[in-house]
Amino acid sequence: MASTQILIVSGSPETPVSRLPLRTRSDVPFFVVMSGLSSTFIILIVLMLVANVLFTSTDDIQAALAKPEIQAAFRLTLLSCTIAALLSLWVATPLGYLLSRYRFPGRTVIDTLIEIPIVLPPLVVGLSLLILFHLPFGGEGRWTLDAFLEKSLGFQFTYRWPAVILAQFAVACAFSVRTMHVTFDQINPRAEDVARTLGCSRSQAFLYVALPQAWRGLVTAGTTAWARALGEFGPILVFAGATRMKTEVLSTTVFLELSIGNLNAAVAVSLLMVIMASLVLVILRLIGLRLTT
Amino acid sequence: MIDLRNVTVQAGTFRLERVSFTVQAGDYAALMGRTGRGKTTLLEAICGLRPVMAGQILLHDTDVTHWAPGDRQIGYVPQDLALFPTMTVRHHFEFALRLRHWSTADVTARVTEVAEMLGVARLLDRRVKGLSGGESQRVALGRALSFRPQVLLLDEPLSALDQETRQEMYGVLKSVKQATGVTVLHVTHNREDAEALANRTLVLHDGQIHAKNVD
Repeated sequence: MASTQILIVSGSPETPVSRLPLRTRSDVPFFVVMSGLSSTFIILIVLMLVANVLFTSTDDIQAALAKPEIQAAFRLTLLSCTIAALLSLWVATPLGYLLSRYRFPGRTVIDTLIEIPIVLPPLVVGLSLLILFHLPFGGEGRWTLDAFLEKSLGFQFTYRWPAVILAQFAVACAFSVRTMHVTFDQINPRAEDVARTLGCSRSQAFLYVALPQAWRGLVTAGTTAWARALGEFGPILVFAGATRMKTEVLSTTVFLELSIGNLNAAVAVSLLMVIMASLVLVILRLIGLRLTT
Repeated sequence: MIDLRNVTVQAGTFRLERVSFTVQAGDYAALMGRTGRGKTTLLEAICGLRPVMAGQILLHDTDVTHWAPGDRQIGYVPQDLALFPTMTVRHHFEFALRLRHWSTADVTARVTEVAEMLGVARLLDRRVKGLSGGESQRVALGRALSFRPQVLLLDEPLSALDQETRQEMYGVLKSVKQATGVTVLHVTHNREDAEALANRTLVLHDGQIHAKNVD
């Protein structure tokens, strides 16, 4: 076992202090306990990934990726996650700004409502969407939202690809709003006040002064929404179904492959999702690093 | 001229009632008072950033009580300066001029004029992050003066500066005053600032303004 390096710094206040972390003998138990507890979670994740990698082979991954259903699911996943992330940003930016800058009646209620998709079981979100789109309304209760949209826009939601995007958006947007709220909280509102004395309207102050300062938050919110949408399963299964070549995304592919006993393909797709999610999370970390420096 | 007539303004639970005072055109007035007495609240009300519950605010004999901040022609330097972190010094000076649709030639000429007046011409293409305290003060001042406002409101602009930079800024503010003739209302709790710069001192005490002429 490698011996613990102990660096003892002594001297008068004029002595230049080393920039290395100060570690004395009394610090050793602290670092042992803290790193010991922390490592249990990290080891668990690493072991899960290693188990996946050991279980599957490149042949399995190639075979899975060659299947037209999985290719279609991959394409729909990329498309739906991107659209859900963009829609989330479109909504989260103004909502995060309003919640950060203004105190208005019902603000606490809105703040709580935004948290609901985060705390609800994912299946309940999907079920709620399904009920919303199929609840009878109108004179004799003949109409549903789904039927209305199909009639007026020629656009049916339930069990079709738009339902996938809406299910992903319903959850991902909540995370984006939270990120944008914190982002605008960290931006000095006084700069927007000064911009208004210089001739800006409130909209111009938001567009020219607040928004450019929020770009890192925008990237983080977009990436979080994208990653969240990638991992969404329950609401999609309930609201959009898992029809091959139609509403199948990678998360539902894993479920479908498992249900027909094709464990190799399920693990191969899981690894593909791990790679996609890792790429997104690495981008998040890099942005976070730039923010702190 | 800044003329406040029985102005009542509220900030949360804090309330200033029926405040009246006049600063003549071309004056440099220092508004003094202890911390938490409402000096900043009053300045924000004059800028139009805080609604006035009662009374009137007149600038050069025009009632601007309910005007939008941008229509009042007031240059404002807040205590924390609130520079725009994503912009260069040049963009700060151009900001108000672009909003007023000045021609490119006029914008360039005015930016050069302001930069030379404040001694920041060499900093024009630098971002504001990393500027020293004195340099940041000059940029905030230049941004506020760029569109030739009739009134300049300064909210404790020198409070965070060391003594040497403070003395340097006295010179800058005096030369700006002389060059532009702008009417200045300068909030400070530092008697030295008031004595060095102002020809009129207003003291906010118990919600009332007590005035005295220095010269």
